[in-house]
Order: sequence, then structure tokens, then C-alpha cells
Amino acid sequence: MLLGPSLALSAILFSLGVAGVLLRRNAIVLFMCIELMLNAVNLSFVALAQLHGASGYVMVFFVMTVAAAEAAVGLAIIIGIFRHKQSVDLGNINLLRG
Amino acid sequence: MTEVVFYIFAAIAVLSATLCILQRSPMASALWLISTMFSLAAIYVLLNAQFIAAIQVLVYAGAIMVLFLFVIMLLNLGHAESDFRGPSTVAATLVIVGLLAIELLALTRYTPRRLANELSQWPTFTDPATVFVAGQVTQQESASRGVVGALAAPLFQTYLIPFEITSVLLLAAIVGAVVLAKRNV
Amino acid sequence: MTSLVWLTVALPLAGFLANGALAIRRPAAKDAVSYIGVGVLIAAFIVSVGVFIDLLKSPPHSPHIITLWRWLPVGPLQLDLAFQVDQLSAVMLLVVTGVGSLIHLFSVGYMKSDPGYARYFAYLNLFVVFMLVLVLGSSFPVMFIGWEGVGLCSYLLIGFWFNDKANADAGKKAFIVNRIGDFGFMVAMFLIWHHLGTLTFTGMTDRAPAVFASGSAAVTAITLFLFLGCTGKSAQIPLYTWLPDAMAGPTPVSALIHAATMVTAGVYLVARTNVLFALAPVSSTVVAGIGALTALFAATIALRQYDIKKVLAYSTISQLGYMFIGVGTGAYASGVFHLVTHAFFKALLFLGAGSVIHAMHHAYHATHSHADAQDMRNMGGLKQYMPATFWLMLIGTLAIAGVPPFSGFFSKDEILAGAFARGGDLLIYYVFYAMGILAALLTAFYMARLLTMTFLGENRTGEQERHHLHEAPPVMTGPLIVLGVLSAIGGMINLPPLVGGGAWLEHWLEPVTARAHQFFALEMPHGQTEYFLVGGAVAISLLGLFAGYRATLARKIVPASESAEDTGVARVLNRKYYVDEVYDAIIVRPLVWLSRTVLWRVVDQGVVDGAAVNGTAKLSRGLGWLGSRLQTGQVGVYVVLFLVGALWILHAMVR
Repeated sequence: MLLGPSLALSAILFSLGVAGVLLRRNAIVLFMCIELMLNAVNLSFVALAQLHGASGYVMVFFVMTVAAAEAAVGLAIIIGIFRHKQSVDLGNINLLRG
Repeated sequence: MTEVVFYIFAAIAVLSATLCILQRSPMASALWLISTMFSLAAIYVLLNAQFIAAIQVLVYAGAIMVLFLFVIMLLNLGHAESDFRGPSTVAATLVIVGLLAIELLALTRYTPRRLANELSQWPTFTDPATVFVAGQVTQQESASRGVVGALAAPLFQTYLIPFEITSVLLLAAIVGAVVLAKRNV
Repeated sequence: MTSLVWLTVALPLAGFLANGALAIRRPAAKDAVSYIGVGVLIAAFIVSVGVFIDLLKSPPHSPHIITLWRWLPVGPLQLDLAFQVDQLSAVMLLVVTGVGSLIHLFSVGYMKSDPGYARYFAYLNLFVVFMLVLVLGSSFPVMFIGWEGVGLCSYLLIGFWFNDKANADAGKKAFIVNRIGDFGFMVAMFLIWHHLGTLTFTGMTDRAPAVFASGSAAVTAITLFLFLGCTGKSAQIPLYTWLPDAMAGPTPVSALIHAATMVTAGVYLVARTNVLFALAPVSSTVVAGIGALTALFAATIALRQYDIKKVLAYSTISQLGYMFIGVGTGAYASGVFHLVTHAFFKALLFLGAGSVIHAMHHAYHATHSHADAQDMRNMGGLKQYMPATFWLMLIGTLAIAGVPPFSGFFSKDEILAGAFARGGDLLIYYVFYAMGILAALLTAFYMARLLTMTFLGENRTGEQERHHLHEAPPVMTGPLIVLGVLSAIGGMINLPPLVGGGAWLEHWLEPVTARAHQFFALEMPHGQTEYFLVGGAVAISLLGLFAGYRATLARKIVPASESAEDTGVARVLNRKYYVDEVYDAIIVRPLVWLSRTVLWRVVDQGVVDGAAVNGTAKLSRGLGWLGSRLQTGQVGVYVVLFLVGALWILHAMVR
């Protein structure tokens, strides 16, 4: 069984995703790094499904569905912001500053 | 043999992911991410979850990433300037990610045997043999009917309501995306 | 009829409500107010007479308690609002309602042209309500309701013409000084509850002898605190300063409240709690001592007062001192006797002065003069203009001076005889006796001075004013006549065996004072000593009267506006020994300073406003500002913070 290595891979991919989120200012690249994180978690679920049953696969199923919905809406928002500011650089978007 | 293949694809995945987060152009990042997803699909196959691999390629790589690419091209971001954050953020990132990786890797110590042993020492004693019953059932099912078969029963019985709600969620996402992206509401 | 005694309280209360409503809605309805105001009092008097006759027919050995309702059921304290009808309260009931009715009737004439007529009668009725609650109360708290209530009404009535700041100040002074005494009363109540476990008078009489050893510190403390309350309410040293200022109120108010009834509440209290005072000889001596000192002190001040009401005010303080000598000596019946006779002749004197002031006001009003209508230097020779008033005031003067056969002679004499008798036990009582005799001399002197300056000699009011001086209307002279008769024959209620009397009041009050007399018996002087004492007292009174008359006639008196200032001893007396100024410097000023500088500036503005209220607000704002620094609007920062938190939780769970 490849449980240990799978989980380790999942951990590494997740950390890379987090690093990407912290390092990049471009909104779209940020989103992609989030997708990367979700993929890492999916891998984790699949690996553990061997131990804990089909509910692991079910979770993967749902995660993918929700990721799709989230990507759609998130990108629509980014398009909206782009129309306003002509850029997707997150460093300039601070209207919620208090 | 399986392990060797696994490590190859794992290496490809890590490499692709690293390049994904370090590329300057968003287009290139997207493509490297697709590469990561494909290698993950391969790993799914190695983990005996063929169906999952299939829908990974179809949904993630085939639909979601395509959507990303469409948006990148729509916004004409192909040639972007450098958009990395400053050195202070890089330092913070290294620290945080380092800690995170250490924490997560620490979890991988739990091999099944060790987990079972620790569970048996808890007050509500759990027989090690019964902890991973569900997993064995699933493996038997997958052997006979494939992952689809193993997935079908729980999905349409135990998790039926979340399934239905997910369909509503998708509907909401569609409507939301259309409304948000319109020029004049 | 005894069970209907609550009517005596309910009727004036109804009068207060009716008159109060009229005062607010229809202040001009003077006739209605007169009928209601006087009517309820007369009705209350009739009920009182009924109660008294009931008691006469079958004198009770222990008081009748008429319970109205359960008032304070709090654990071990089960207090009812109840009235106690026994011999002592019946006497007080008659005095309050009887003299009260007469004064109400007098007020109809005196206050006729005052715009606050309805309000006046409302307050006066309310006063009677509280005074009756005071004398009828069957327990300390119920009595305290009355005690506080009469203080309130006193304030309202002294400051009746409150548009003049001086009157309002006098009202405040009365209330505040009284309050100091009330503090003593309350502490005594707490101590009594603590030691005896009961607050009713019957309970106290039953348990006190068992609980307290004679002369113990506990009972001495209780009685001294009670007496502090008495000094406040009955204007003894050191809390008497409010009474002369209280003359700012209308004269009938001075007659009712500050002569006949409210100020006697202290004497009533001592008589009611006679068991406690009998168990504490030290306190009784203190009571008698302060009484004697006050009697003499006030009498000296009265010698040099020019305002007719002020003379009578100090006279009241002095006579109250006599009453306290009486109850301090242990002769509770003689203290009460003097209370009754004093009510008669002091009310007579005050109402007579009221008639005089009424006439003087009329005269000055007609000529638009601003001279003081109450200053005796502006009077003189009024006998020809107001003969009836003169003769009646003469009766009052003879009564207060203690000339036989008028009432004051019997009561005062009995008190002095009692003091002399006690001298056999404790030598200091001889000193009290001497002070009492000296005060009697001065009393006769200043009363004769008052009478002479006001009614005799030549008139100093002024040429034009003279024509407007006239006798008071019958509604005012009527009550004066009744009071005159009572002052003359009032001594009959307690004629001593010396003149063949049966000492009726003393025997009547025996069931009430019996307990106290278990602890000591007062051996009244008889035989040779008694004749000597009586003779001496009469001689002193006549001497004082004569000296006062001659001295005043001999002096050349000019109207007040032209008079020269007094100098030397006379000045000190006229300025009341500067006691008010001393109190002001020692007590009032430091308190005001404390309040203004410390409590206001430092505590209120600095600590409460500054630190607590504003400080908390500033702290909140500071914390908020600090929090707002987190809201940069930058996603990157948010993500970092989010991850730090998530990392921490992860770490906590992994362990």
C-alpha cells in the first residue's frame, strides 16, 4: 500500500500551494494555487479511502464539484474587478481597508 | 514495481507544482498545473481508484483548467510583468510553509498498524481488527465492481442529500457567474 | 369607638387629598377649602373624644392594639401597621386634634387673603395625619413614619412663602437639622432590634427589663441615640437652631407645629420608651441636664429679641427644656402635664401674636410702609386697639410665668419639685433645679417685656397706621378665647394633693409609666419642703413679671428703623450667642468644601467622569484603533494571518 508516500506527497503539494498563495500577486495565479491545494487534499482522501471506506471517494467527488462551482464564480468576480481596475494585481485592491 | 512508477509520477507532480507557482506568465502556470493534475490522475490509478482518475482528468483538467485558460486569454494576461511579492513576504512564506510542511509530514508517521495500536489504548477500546473494516469492504467491492461500484452505493444512499444539494449549488454557481460577469446588470 | 381610631388619621388624610386637588385645580375655592380643612379636624376631634370616653369607662391595663394591615413581613421581623390606644396616646390624641382644630379655625381668618390658601390647608391637614401616626404608632417604625412625615410637613409649611429665599432656606435648615436627629433615632431602632428582637412598644416594655441590666452600656447607648432624635425634633441643645428660623412660616403654623405638637414629639418619645430610660440612669440624667441647660440658655436669648415671634420661639425651646427635665427626672406624668398645658398657653400666645401681626400687616399695607410688622419696637399701646387680644395674651403670659391658679403654675411647679426631690439621690439634680428656677425668673421677665412692649405704653406704629389697627375678626378671636379658658383652668387635670386635688393625670398615666417606676420610685416632697418650694416659685414668677414690666416701661423705645444697634452683652444675646455662625464655620463650611472640592471636582469629575466613563471610552477607542490596523484591505496580509492561525490550530491538534 502506498499510503505513507501518498500522504507525504499530498503534504508537499499542499505546502507548495500555500507558498504560491502567499507569493503571487496575480489573482488568477492565486486561484490556481488554491486549486493545487484542493488537488492535494483529494489525493489525501483517495489514499485514505483504502483504509476508511468509500466515503473517501465520495468526498473527492464533492470536492471536485464544489471546486468547479467556486472556480466559476471566482473567475466571474475577477472579470468584474478587471473591468473596473484594468488589472488583476491584488496589491492595488484594498477598498476594504479600515 | 508499482512504487517506482509512483515515485516517478510523484516527482513529476512536485516539479510541475513548483514550476507552476514560480512561472511569471499566468498561461505557463496554468499549463504546469494541468501537468500536475495529469500526474495526480496517474497516481490515482496506482491507488486503485480508476474512476477518480477519470473524473480528475475530465472535470479538473478538462473543464476547470480550460475555464482558467479562457479567462486568462480573455483578459489578455499572457504577457504579465513580474508579480511576486516583496522580500519580507518571501521570508514569511518560507517560515510558514516550512512549519506547515513539517506539521503535515509529521502526520504521515501514522501507518495503519501504528494507528490501530494507538486506538486500542484509548478508553473506548477499539479492536484493531475492526477499525479498518470499511476500507476492506471497499477494496473487495472495488475488486469485484470497480470503484464506480464501490462509490455508487454510499453516494446514492448515505450521501444522497449532499448530492442533491450539490446540484443546487452548481445551479447557483452558474447563475451567479452569469450575473457577475455581465456588463450591464 | 376605640376600633375607629383610624378615622382620626383617615379624615385629615382625606382632607389633604381634597384640598390638594383643589389647590391644583381650583385654588380660588376658598370656602370649600375652609369647610373641608376645618371640618375634618373637628370630626377627628370628635372621634378622639369618643376614644377617650371609651378608655375612661374601662381603663386598660395594657394598650389596645388596632392593626390595620401587615406591613413588613421579613423573616423574623413581622411588623404590622398598627395603632396603639392607651392612656398616653389618648391624651396626645386629644391635644393634637383639639388644639389643631382651633388653629385650623384661626387660620381661616389669618390666611384669608393669601393666594396659597388651599395649599396651606392641604399641608396643614397632612401634618395632622403624620402627627397622629406618630402618637398612635404601636411600634418604632410606624412612629418613625410619623416622625419623618411631620418633618416633611414642617419643611413645606415653614417654606410656605418660598418665593423669598430666606423662607426656603429656613425650611431647608429645619429639615436638615432634624435629619441629624433622625439618624440617632434610626441607630437606636437598629440597636433595639438587635438586642430585643422586637420593634413594638409592647414588646419592648415586656422584654427590656429582662434583657438589659440597669445601667448597662447597651441600654445607655440606645437611650442616648433616641435622645439625639429628641434634640432634633424638640429643639434642644445642640440641634435647636432650626426653630427660631422656622418662624419664617405663617404664624398659625408656628403655633401648631412649633409650639403645641411637633416639637413635643420628643417628649412623647421619652415618655413612651420610659422603660428604657428608667433602665439607664445616666441617660436620664443627661436628658434632664440638657433640658435644664436649654431652658436657661434659650431664656437668656429671649431677653434681647425684638421680633415677637422669635421671643416666643425661644420661649418654646425653653419650655421644652422644662418638659425634658420632667421626663429626665423620671416624673413622666409631669412632663406630659407640662406638654398639655404648654400646648394651651403657647398656642394662645402664638395665635395672639398672630392677631397682632395680622393687624400690623393691615396697617402697613394700607400706608404702603415697608416697616417690619413683627418687630415689637414698632408696636406699643395696642391695648386700646385690640383689647380682647390683650386680655387673652395676659392670661397666656400669667400661665407661662407660672402664676397660680393658671395651668402653667401647676405643671411647672411639679417639674421643679420633682427635680428637687431627685436631688436627694443625685446632687446634680439640685443644680438642675436651680437652673430651672433661674429660667423661670427669666421667663417671667421676658414675657412681661413682650406684653409691655406690644400692648402697653405709647404706640410707635406711626400716625397714619394707627387708624388701621383693629381687633381681629371673630373667627380668629374665637379660638383664642377657647385657648384662654383652657390655659386658665387647664391645671385641673393634675392638681396636686397640696391643694386637695387628686393628681388625675398622674394616676391616669400610671399603667403606662408603671414599668419604669419599678426601677426607682420618685418621692415627691411634701409638707414643709413642698410649701417652701411652691412659695419660692410663685415669688420668683411675680418678681420676674414685675421686673420685666418696670424695666421695659422705664426704657425709651423707638421704632425699629430708628433704633440703635445693641452693644456688649445685649448684642451677644441678640445674636443668639453666635451659635449659628459657629455651626456654619465648624460644620457647614467644611462640608461644603468637602463636597465642592473633593467630592465634586476630584471624585465626580475626575474619577467617575474622567477615569471611569471617559477612560473606558478612551480605552475602547484605543483597542478599536489597534484592531483597525489589522484591516489593511490587502488580501495578502489576510492570507498570512489566516495561515498563521490555521497553523497554530493544526499544531494543537496534531499533538
